[in-house]
Amino acid sequence: MTSTAARPTDAPRASTAPALPLYAMHLRMLVIETLRVPIAVIGTMAFPALSLLFFVVPNRAVAEDPVFATQAVLGLAVFAVMVSALFNLGLTVAENREKPWDPYLRSLPLPAMVRIAAQISSTAVFSFLAIVPVLIVGAVATEASVSVIGLVAGLVALAVTSIPFLLLGASIGYAFSSKAAIAVIQVGMFGFAFGGGLFFPPQLFPEWLETLSRFFPSRHARELTLAAVEGTTPELWMLAGAIAWTLGTALLALWLYRRDEGRRYR
Amino acid sequence: MKAHASGATGAATLASTDAPFARLVGATRRFGELTALDDVTLDVNAGELIGLLGPNGAGKSTLLSLVQGRRRPTSGTVELFGGSPSDARSRLRLGSTPQETALPDTLRVGEVVDLVAAHYPDRVPTAEIADEFGFSELLRRQCGSLSGGQKRRIAVALAFVGRPKLVLLDEPTTGLDVDARHVLWAAIRRHHAAGTTVVVTSHYLEEIEALAERVIVIDHGRVLADDTLTAVRDRVMSAVVELTSPEPARVAALPHVVRDEVVGEGAAAAGRLRLTVDDADAFVRELVTSGAAFERLTVRGASLEEAFLALTLTEQATPLAASDRSAS
Repeated sequence: MTSTAARPTDAPRASTAPALPLYAMHLRMLVIETLRVPIAVIGTMAFPALSLLFFVVPNRAVAEDPVFATQAVLGLAVFAVMVSALFNLGLTVAENREKPWDPYLRSLPLPAMVRIAAQISSTAVFSFLAIVPVLIVGAVATEASVSVIGLVAGLVALAVTSIPFLLLGASIGYAFSSKAAIAVIQVGMFGFAFGGGLFFPPQLFPEWLETLSRFFPSRHARELTLAAVEGTTPELWMLAGAIAWTLGTALLALWLYRRDEGRRYR
Repeated sequence: MKAHASGATGAATLASTDAPFARLVGATRRFGELTALDDVTLDVNAGELIGLLGPNGAGKSTLLSLVQGRRRPTSGTVELFGGSPSDARSRLRLGSTPQETALPDTLRVGEVVDLVAAHYPDRVPTAEIADEFGFSELLRRQCGSLSGGQKRRIAVALAFVGRPKLVLLDEPTTGLDVDARHVLWAAIRRHHAAGTTVVVTSHYLEEIEALAERVIVIDHGRVLADDTLTAVRDRVMSAVVELTSPEPARVAALPHVVRDEVVGEGAAAAGRLRLTVDDADAFVRELVTSGAAFERLTVRGASLEEAFLALTLTEQATPLAASDRSAS
């Protein structure tokens, strides 16, 4: 039986607790907190599935065409993950900063990365659950179809491409008060959804919008997930864009966390 | 009950024994227009039990938040165990209390203790810390269901769960009844005797008198006094004297009177004076020697606020402090 491997300690300064068990502990507590008050995540889980039910299913031209239906379901699955990530994380982080527990945690020997990672992962779990109702509605009420391999690959692509939204949600939470965060998230959410072609396929966009759309993380998420589902090779701009957004939002979140000092004094 | 005799061995384990555990040099913290902490310089040394005394809003919590790395000073420097407080590694031997309202409502007490303890290399087992601070029967309860007093006990226990070398206790006994307060004081003294350095803030003079060896009085973000308990107590040994006299102006002009006011209304106000004096014994001697007529003399110890007032006014009387204030 091996105990948790202690990091090599340099003589004058001990290092903090091993990051992985500490991360697991924070993640566990955050999930427990959410599960004991589950109502918070139910709204964001229902919203995208309802959108599919009301906007796509009645439109038989889309719903009965396997290609269009699959794209519509996929767009709303990306939308579900994005909304959940931005809302749950942005709002949770902003609200927690206004409570005295978070400032207390900052007085513990807790590296910033560990706390951010735990907050993001706990939200990611529930964000991902938000696509389950979308997939069920899509499978039952439309002609959307996907192979088993395509489904698995699509889920992996969706998970990876949702990271910038999680980091962006965390950044919004660290930068704004909870009331301001709601407004910022709502504007950003619909901007990303339309601009990224989650509601209308980008093929229908005018040329200038199609070009602009290629800089949106929601577009990268849509295209990469679509490529994974269809088994096609993703284009370079999709990959480059997704990586750039991931790195950029990671740096932003870390900087904002370090800068943050909790509730502002008035 | 010597629970932690082995865990906390005090200054001996430190590489450099004479380095302060925490050091503030010219630390100033502003929030917009408000200066919460104004050019504070002080060391917290190994083995001390320091009382940080000041009214609400004096800057005590701001000072602690700088040492905890939760906030950065606007100017000046703050060190914790020789490093930057914002480096998580500097905080490994630091323990603090959350505000009692801070505990997450949905988590169980045992879960909160485990979460906090997970940050420290050598933790106190949950059962042991719960037993010491008297909340063993609450471990399965969600924090939201606890009373204020129960939360406060748990909050203080959290500061000790990682066997820290330096503990910062912010208002540890606010809202506790007398018995609970004495139990907590005993725990703080026990940990200090076992080698833990303790900084405790309070706006109760009684609490500071019961616990501290060194007292730092702070108000308007500035250190008014930093000395042994005895020395500071002598400086704030002000008292409130009430008497009725036909010649109030003469009485009010006597030495040692820091502040005077007429009390009561109508007929009752006839010559009834309330005086804040910085030394009751000396004042009474002056009063008697002066030959001024008086009756119905009462003397009581000043409340902390009155004592602070006396201290601040005394400071103001010195030319240096006076010029300093007019400049601001």
